[in-house]
Amino acid sequence: MTESKSKAYWKENIRYLFILLAVWFLVSFVAGIMLKDVLNDFRLGGFKLGFWFAQQGSMYVFVILIFIYVRLMNKLDKKYGYDK
Amino acid sequence: MGMINSILLAESLPVQTWTYILVGITFTLYIGIAIWSRAGSTKEFYVAGGGVSPLANGMATAADWMSAASFISMAGIISFAGYDGAVYLMGWTGGYVLLALLLAPYLRKFGKFTVPDFIGDRYYSNTARLVGVICALLVSFTYVAGQMRGVGLVFSRFLEVDINTGVIIGMLIVLFYAVLGGMKGITYTQVAQYCVLIFAFMVPAIFISIQMTGNPIPQLGFGSELADGSGTFLLDKLDGLSTDLGFAEYTEGTKSLVDIFAITLALMVGTAGLPHVIVRFFTVKRVKDARKSAGIALLLIVILYSTAPAVAAFARTNMIETLSNQSYATAPEWFRKWETTGLITFTDKNNDGLIQYVADKNQNELVVDNDIMVLANPEIAELPNWVIALVAAGALAAALSTAAGLLLVISASVSHDLIKKIVNPKISEKNELVAARLSSVVAVCVAGYFGINPPGFVAATVALAFGLAAASFFPAIILGIFYKRMNKEGAIAGMIVGIVSMLYYMLKYKLGWFDDVLPSKSEWWFGISPEGFGSVAMLLNFMVSITIMKFTPAPPQEVQEIVERIRIPSGAGEATH
Repeated sequence: MTESKSKAYWKENIRYLFILLAVWFLVSFVAGIMLKDVLNDFRLGGFKLGFWFAQQGSMYVFVILIFIYVRLMNKLDKKYGYDK
Repeated sequence: MGMINSILLAESLPVQTWTYILVGITFTLYIGIAIWSRAGSTKEFYVAGGGVSPLANGMATAADWMSAASFISMAGIISFAGYDGAVYLMGWTGGYVLLALLLAPYLRKFGKFTVPDFIGDRYYSNTARLVGVICALLVSFTYVAGQMRGVGLVFSRFLEVDINTGVIIGMLIVLFYAVLGGMKGITYTQVAQYCVLIFAFMVPAIFISIQMTGNPIPQLGFGSELADGSGTFLLDKLDGLSTDLGFAEYTEGTKSLVDIFAITLALMVGTAGLPHVIVRFFTVKRVKDARKSAGIALLLIVILYSTAPAVAAFARTNMIETLSNQSYATAPEWFRKWETTGLITFTDKNNDGLIQYVADKNQNELVVDNDIMVLANPEIAELPNWVIALVAAGALAAALSTAAGLLLVISASVSHDLIKKIVNPKISEKNELVAARLSSVVAVCVAGYFGINPPGFVAATVALAFGLAAASFFPAIILGIFYKRMNKEGAIAGMIVGIVSMLYYMLKYKLGWFDDVLPSKSEWWFGISPEGFGSVAMLLNFMVSITIMKFTPAPPQEVQEIVERIRIPSGAGEATH
């Protein structure tokens, strides 16, 4: 029983990691580097969009990602009774 | 009171007096904290007793992380590199996502004192532990030499003492609170140092943002129109100025896409593998505190890191407008002052008395050091003297906090991982504490020596430290947590291949040790620079680890049970031996 519980917990954890790390990769390596030239055709005020992702946007998303992870995991811990 | 008032009102006080006052106040504060929070046990010495709050740990991690390079050099580097500077911004912040999601919670649950502790126990082998110790020492020593040098430079420029005297003063301060307080002393001084350094970085940035764009938030000012009424966006103006002088557009950069990708990845993974950062997450009480303090740390780091590219763009625009094609005879006072330090040099090649600043190396007459952009920025923007002095205090806070964190890793590697775990397991707690203090004294002296006699490869060392961390610790820790079947044979082979390939590439392509002349960029593997090679070395580590593992026995049952346990957050006991 405890073994299947810990397995299920781990599986959900891994799923969260995949989703969050996909966003991590998307904002930095994709938007800030690989698609920079394409995104630079769009503008955010005085910023070219690709440049903005590389020097500003990706960092803001990183911070948000960690806090989302903290919330998700606190909930998950509670769900499985691992919060004690 | 009367005295304080008269100091605050004395606007005419010279910069140097201000610097003495601010540096004096902050140093007294650090020493006071160190005396108040001195360590009484090895547990307090290595992990501050394990009861640090997530907020305090987040602040300490941020100060620990942001070094003299982040504070002084980064904005300057971005200023000259334009878009390419993003590798540092994304690389040095993106690593915290990896740290928070893949490492910190599990290492906290594991509950030991050091990173080699994890490597040694998870891979049930003192050989693995020893490889871990060697990696930790290599990474930390390469990194700490640069910090001591930074301390010396700030002292010499702002207080006009000799660089070596500056290094020695810095050594004495760090010695005092690292040896006395251990991790406990370091943690609370780092909290104070974060406050000093962030205030010192933000004040001039806000002033300059208002001056140039009318917007008090540098992150927004950077994307706003100039305040000169021209209706031009600052970045468009800067792109135009750059191309007029023959440089690439500021927002475009010059590095190849594959190299930008590789450097960013190497810096991210290297950040997540740096022992002095990882060890900070051993100091909090619970697994959920480790996750939360990683978030707080990154938030506090991003305050500075998102401001730096704004400062870079402001400074570059300001510099071109103030100096380009201006008469040398009427150059502003700060120009002369920094010229005497050798950080700005001007050679009038065509003898027209004007400063030609252009991309073409044969015609360019002006060379400006990266570090000037932050250090001289307040003077260029004609800010009050106390702001200039504040920058000196902030730079010292950044350098000292990082140096102290690194020295602790070095001393713990020697006294705990080497002496207690390998050489003499029967050592008493009291003697281990003595050994820890002695090894931090030795480490400070070695660091000071390198600060005074910097090896010729200082420029290569930071890239090397990240490359080594990426190539050694990161894969070993990730596989140790996420791959139960990973065994000691695989992990040891992987780490060795990772470090050796990283060292080889760095020595060959950065320092030119194996050829008569430094090999050209066209010989780089896949077009990847030595700075970005950490990503390749990391992949090599992963591949070698997994291949060797397939042909060697699975780890013993009790080790597999350890892995099961660290995946579950509850019941994280306090850090133990």
